[in-house]
Amino acid sequence: MSMPAMFSELRRQLGGSRVVVVTAGFLVLVFVAAIVGPMFSPHTYLDSNLDARLIQPTRDAMHFFGTDDLGRDLFVRTLMGVRISLVVAVIATFVSLLIGVAYGAIAGYAGGKVDAVMMRLVDTLYALPFIFFVILLMVYFGQNFLLIFVAIGAVNWLDMARIVRGQTLALREREFVESARLIGVSPARIVFRHITPNLLGVVVVYVTLTVPQAILIESFMSFLGLGIQEPQTSLGSLVNNGVRHMESAPWVLLIPATLLASILLCFNFLGDGLRDQLDPKEKPE
Amino acid sequence: MQQRGALRFALTRLLSAIPTLFLIIVLAFMMMHAAPGGPFDEERAMPPETAANIERAYHLDEPLPQQFMRYFGALLQGDLGPSYRYPGYSVAELISAAMLLSLQLGALAMLCALIVGIAVGVLAALRRNTPIDRLLTGLAMMGISIPIFVIAPIFVLVFAVNLGWLPASWSGSDSGSRYLLPVIALALPQIAYVARLTRGSMIEIMSSDFVRTARAQGLGTFTIVRLHALRPAMLPLLSYLGPAVAAVLTGSVVVEQIFGIPGLGQLFVRGALNRDYTLVLGIVIFYATLVIVFNLIVDILYGFLDPRIRNR
Repeated sequence: MSMPAMFSELRRQLGGSRVVVVTAGFLVLVFVAAIVGPMFSPHTYLDSNLDARLIQPTRDAMHFFGTDDLGRDLFVRTLMGVRISLVVAVIATFVSLLIGVAYGAIAGYAGGKVDAVMMRLVDTLYALPFIFFVILLMVYFGQNFLLIFVAIGAVNWLDMARIVRGQTLALREREFVESARLIGVSPARIVFRHITPNLLGVVVVYVTLTVPQAILIESFMSFLGLGIQEPQTSLGSLVNNGVRHMESAPWVLLIPATLLASILLCFNFLGDGLRDQLDPKEKPE
Repeated sequence: MQQRGALRFALTRLLSAIPTLFLIIVLAFMMMHAAPGGPFDEERAMPPETAANIERAYHLDEPLPQQFMRYFGALLQGDLGPSYRYPGYSVAELISAAMLLSLQLGALAMLCALIVGIAVGVLAALRRNTPIDRLLTGLAMMGISIPIFVIAPIFVLVFAVNLGWLPASWSGSDSGSRYLLPVIALALPQIAYVARLTRGSMIEIMSSDFVRTARAQGLGTFTIVRLHALRPAMLPLLSYLGPAVAAVLTGSVVVEQIFGIPGLGQLFVRGALNRDYTLVLGIVIFYATLVIVFNLIVDILYGFLDPRIRNR
């Protein structure tokens, strides 16, 4: 499918509502700010100025969010943290998308025993406290940046696999799949060229729910000191640092905390809103 | 006959839990040994004789399958090996010392989540599409979205630092009030999940035929909820209990860190930061066992309560 066709297909499947527009707008705004914001500040996330430690948010010297205990500008650091969250979200989601869609589509299309075994495995994996395995991985292999993302993605594909499998089960009975089969199209081609494009809408909805999970896991680990390492920063490590200074300088905690909370909240509202649109049955009247 | 079906179902579930558990142990063990660098690699190089001695003492010089059999054999007897960073303590000792406090906090949080969550969910369902319902569902969404490590420090800031009502840290007081903030922080997301689940199933049940019949007989809303609707509405909650246990365990890691509670979560994070391999491995196996056992209990209970499940 060509790009424009993909977008119009997406719009047909998802439409637009107020919640979706508002939350998506906010997220776009935050992410654009994270990408271009640091360019307009005279500070970088590394510069520390020991004469300007823990100063309150002020327009002087462009410390819009104040500074931390090493005199580093929090406006830039917070936006850098959002950048990290964004990168994590994109890579981790891509990994989970790849595994989840392939796994779910194959299980759903194969059906029967193969499907039963594959989904039983997913059920089994569901029961595991995965976050601890991610931590285990971090402990053994060191805090490798890329590994964090891949680990998060490898943990997050289960939901996607389930949803995709359910949709594929329904799709494979449809006439266009039947006719493809009749003219001799190979199963692999049917799954990846004929079925997956029709999963676009559902996949997009679940991506909006996978992304905040990825952001949450990354910031959780960074909060514990097991994720992103200094001087790199992430919203989780900023909150962690904020906790240490909250009594004398509450803004060091409150600004990254609020931003992280609102990003997660918006993603969840967005995902819910999109899901309602896709599946009017579950829509609360 | 029916009882037997449920029993058989319980037995098959029990049998399928064992390979899962074994898989976890193998996986965790392999991960530990695939790691580059040994547990005793220090910045300063050791004389090779010392290193060899240490390796021999901890059986690290044996082939991997033999090491695994040794670890697994000891594990079956409840021995998780010695801690590499707390000399003189075994991992089992460290875990059992820290366990009680964490289990207490977790149990209190779950209790709190069930009571408050069900009450909120029922209220929202009965007042569906009113401002009250919208407020409650909005709050529930916030509870689900906002991570514990964001909400807990803000609680400390407001209720302990600014208002001074409650102790800010575990060691700051020895009264029961020190339980309050950690338990609430731990319970909040679970309250939100329970409330959402209860609201959903309650709405469904309240529009079902038997509730309409009860209404036609002139029963009041409160009586209907108490006698007829509440019990079937609880069924979906049961299956949430498994994931909830995993979530509370994860949450307790953060809460113990923030409040300085000397529980299992704190031990885990310290072990992870110190690269105390056996300790981390032991705690992961312990956590996994706990979660699997809980899922098993839930599954079996479900089998007894809902005969439809058994025949899948």
